[in-house]
Amino acid sequence: MLSGALLAGVFACLLLAFAPPAAAAGTAIVGTLKGPDGAPLANVSVTASAEGFTDTVVSGPDGVFRIEVPKGGKYLLSVDETTLPAGVSFTKPEDQSRSILVLMGDKKVLFGFSSGDGGGGATASSFTWARISQLLVDGLFFGILIALGAVGLNLIFGTTGLTNFSHGELLTLGAFTAIVLNELGLNLIIAAPLAVLISAMLWGWGQNKILWKPLRRRKTGLIASMVVTIGLAITIRYTLLLLFGGSPRSYQQFAGQSGLAFGPVSITPKSIVFAILAAIAIAATVSWLQRSRIGKATRAVSDNPALASATGIDVERVISVVWILGAGLAAFAGIYLGSTQDVTWNMGQRLLLVMFAAVTLGGLGTIYGAIVGALVVGMFVQLSTLFIPTEMKTVGALFLMIIILLVRPQGILGRRERVG
Amino acid sequence: MPANGQRALEAQAVLAGVPKVPGAPKPDPILVASSVVRRFGGLSAVDVEHVEVQRGSITALIGPNGAGKTTFFNLLTGFDAPDEGTWSFNGRSMGRLSPYRVARLGMVRTFQLTKALNRLRVIDNMLLGAKGQRGEHLWASLLPFLWRRQEANNTERADLLLKRFSLDAKRTDFAGSLSGGQRKLLEMARALMSEPELIMLDEPMAGVNPALTQSLLQHIKMIREEGATVLFVEHDMDMVHDISDWVIVMAQGQIIAEGPPGDVMKNPEVIDAYLGAHHERALTESGESLTTGDTI
Amino acid sequence: MDLTFVLGQSITQALGVTAIIYCLAAMGLNLQFGYTGLLNFGQVAFAAIGAYSVGVIVISFGASLWAAIPIGLLASVALALVLGIPTLRLRADYLAIVTIATSEIIRLMVRSIALRDTFGGANGINGKMGQAFHDLNPFHADIDLPFLTWTRQDLWVVTVGWSLIAIFTLATWLLVRSPWGRVVKGIREDENAVVSLGKNAYVYKMQALILGGLLGTVGGIVWAIAKQSVQPDNFVPDVTFFSYTILLLGGAARVFGPIVGAIIFWFLLVFVGEFLNQMIAAGWITFLLPTDVGPIRFILVGLGLMGLMIFRPQGIFGDKRELALDAR
Ligand SMILES: Nc1ncnc2c1ncn2[C@@H]1O[C@H](COP(=O)(O)OP(=O)(O)OP(=O)(O)O)[C@@H](O)[C@H]1O
Ligand SMILES: [Mg+2]
Repeated sequence: MLSGALLAGVFACLLLAFAPPAAAAGTAIVGTLKGPDGAPLANVSVTASAEGFTDTVVSGPDGVFRIEVPKGGKYLLSVDETTLPAGVSFTKPEDQSRSILVLMGDKKVLFGFSSGDGGGGATASSFTWARISQLLVDGLFFGILIALGAVGLNLIFGTTGLTNFSHGELLTLGAFTAIVLNELGLNLIIAAPLAVLISAMLWGWGQNKILWKPLRRRKTGLIASMVVTIGLAITIRYTLLLLFGGSPRSYQQFAGQSGLAFGPVSITPKSIVFAILAAIAIAATVSWLQRSRIGKATRAVSDNPALASATGIDVERVISVVWILGAGLAAFAGIYLGSTQDVTWNMGQRLLLVMFAAVTLGGLGTIYGAIVGALVVGMFVQLSTLFIPTEMKTVGALFLMIIILLVRPQGILGRRERVG
Repeated sequence: MPANGQRALEAQAVLAGVPKVPGAPKPDPILVASSVVRRFGGLSAVDVEHVEVQRGSITALIGPNGAGKTTFFNLLTGFDAPDEGTWSFNGRSMGRLSPYRVARLGMVRTFQLTKALNRLRVIDNMLLGAKGQRGEHLWASLLPFLWRRQEANNTERADLLLKRFSLDAKRTDFAGSLSGGQRKLLEMARALMSEPELIMLDEPMAGVNPALTQSLLQHIKMIREEGATVLFVEHDMDMVHDISDWVIVMAQGQIIAEGPPGDVMKNPEVIDAYLGAHHERALTESGESLTTGDTI
Repeated sequence: MDLTFVLGQSITQALGVTAIIYCLAAMGLNLQFGYTGLLNFGQVAFAAIGAYSVGVIVISFGASLWAAIPIGLLASVALALVLGIPTLRLRADYLAIVTIATSEIIRLMVRSIALRDTFGGANGINGKMGQAFHDLNPFHADIDLPFLTWTRQDLWVVTVGWSLIAIFTLATWLLVRSPWGRVVKGIREDENAVVSLGKNAYVYKMQALILGGLLGTVGGIVWAIAKQSVQPDNFVPDVTFFSYTILLLGGAARVFGPIVGAIIFWFLLVFVGEFLNQMIAAGWITFLLPTDVGPIRFILVGLGLMGLMIFRPQGIFGDKRELALDAR
């Protein structure tokens, strides 16, 4: 708990340094259109409409558009694709026209654009050192993000044997917990660490207490438990969709940060802060496992639960701690993801398979494996876009996972287990 | 020893001429293993230089907890892969054979932690043991007339075995509803359904009540009388004494002694191994029947 | 509030094309998960293979539907081999991870812009891909009963669909009562025990994976023929999990489980959806929007899947004796 509070403090200080000016008053839909290379897209026409209201604006030279709306409610927001510069198209075609819910104040909308519509041409032409170094940095950051999720996934697997298909939803829940706090008026600097703590207790400790502990007592098999995690994932996902709607949200602070240039590489300050904090969190987890009493107990339980329990370790307590830790790390990852991209009801699900790829790559159940696997997968996903279209980059990582299973099923750092 | 019966006498007579040293060659070995090593990290769980098992005998494999007995069984039956070593069964080299092939060749094992197939009925557990079933092929299974007779014969055999193991009353119950001891019996009976040449039992008596152990001992002797070879792991020295023709002692992965039961139990190295591992505790796992003193 | 309409919709759907497709997928899962204990979380991939085989071969390549069907089935076997070879020797969760990953790989590939010429990108493939089948339609009129409304085309698909299900159910029944069925059930309970009795568990698991996958592929073929359109986002992992819910509703490892499950599942799902829609439209429920009905249905599925797996894996009409076993 102490290290959590400390982490929260560091978090707050670092984020404060990049706080934006206060937002303008009035109800409006706002956004910044940026091309795949990060350059602003000017003169793109955007239309918002609702019953008895239509307004079309064009984005300014900085790519910013702002549509003042009379009141909160549902609006249909569409972008005139013909006004996009040549060779730029939506990453997600459904972004072209979407329905959004505006409450009050500024409603930020995010758009993702990618280059060309074939992708193939774009990849071949931009095989430059600048691009490669940018991808390496992106890959490192993505790897750290995955590691946050994968470490928790692997800790839970190690101690309980559960392959948790609802781990992605722990990310989503964390991101939404922060959104709720943020929209209640808390600055993200406060909302984020608070959300991590709340998630760790509510979605981690609480979930274990209400669901998994009773199931362990019932001696529900691991295969049945895996099916239960699927049911849980569906329930959580669609509850969030029901409560918050389908349109992407973003945190009120640090949303449209522009990147700092480090030579050829451009990185947003928030990414740097998050990545540093994430690395600290992961390092703290590892050293906690190595040093602290309960950390050692955790490793003992992962090794052999029956033996650990026979030697007087309170296995249930260890499992509780692992759930708290896993959910906290996942919530952190969710907020990280939510602030660098956007917060949606299925954001965690989209990352689940990549986390599994990382974990399988490193070896199910080994903590270093999860970290190494995550970094490899993160880099692989980003660098693979040099050769394959961006839309297929996850496919590459999943293929990598299947190949690894063929050659070294126990993963890079895993070990074989006993029969009989 | 009351181990009567034709084959018992034969086996004991033959083994009487075998030197009582670790790795002693047997006149007619069914199983021969040489320099088998299995390491887990730094620990050599199994490090067997040479061992032979006499055909038609009941051989006990004993040793303190963690001696490597189960691991040795796992290696021999293909469930685990050794770091080094070779072994042959019936003169056929068996290294790196998949476990199902090992079983098909006639070397069938049971598990220390029983593996009753819970949601299958007792009789289906038994029938699963039968070898060479036509109905187990995908296409043939759709045409019952191809396998119905064989199935009837197998069922008849299974029922006889169930009766012998006093499980006939449980015939149509789910195996999951059996008690721990009954599961041990079922697993042994199921292994016998495959008519093995060598049956390897990992602690068949653990958890079986004393009244039943007597009849279980008779079953094991009967297996030998019917021509099979038995290799079994057991902690209860009484039982080992009672039924085995030959005893092999393992400690810390190595074979440290061999010989007829009476001799082995007087061997100071064996006593050391046990006392080293167990201190003052009884040799039996449950500690109910014997104390260290009166066994050795 | 039109209860007749709600009931009519529910019954029509419970016996209709969608129920048939999901029933076939769930029958496949029954062989794999119910009897053999294989956790295939990518059943939708097999359905996608079936549907896209029809779409691609008939529309993109202009070949015959009757060529597309066997090619689709062959592709399905190939997929099962690709999935099974790396994973069936490993622990159960690897199969689950790899199958769900593969189903997403397939969806992302057919959806990609790079392969749009063949698979149609996000819009999928649309066109009269099932025409050759519909040309054989012996029915001359639509059905329009108070509680059952089908077009002539649907009626033909439904007739053939349920007949196929009847045949496959008979085959499943024969399989699982045979010694083959005994082996796979043994593998489900404890693979090592079965191996120690001389059965090559790997081969049996592969057979179950292939057979179950084929059933899913038939479901996909029915989909393409009935809807005359295949779109990548119809083949999301949720389809697999709906099929699991159906299987558990009817009871895993019960021959009629998928049929019972599919009918009840679609009846309930459509009934709840339509009922809520009507209530909202009539202004009786004001705290929900029409767009909320979709998520609510999914939430019910999720809760149902959890609840059934925990409390009644043998189905709502399941065997009490088995229940007692689970409680041990
Ligand atoms: N998969 C494994 N990983 C690590 N160590 C193992 C593994 N399997 C066995 N061991 C170790 O190998 C040694 C031998 O174990 P084994 O189970 O063969 O003993 P045993 O003689 O059967 O003991 P018991 O009489 O208690 O059944 C033990 O120290 C055990 O901890
Ligand atoms: Mg043992």
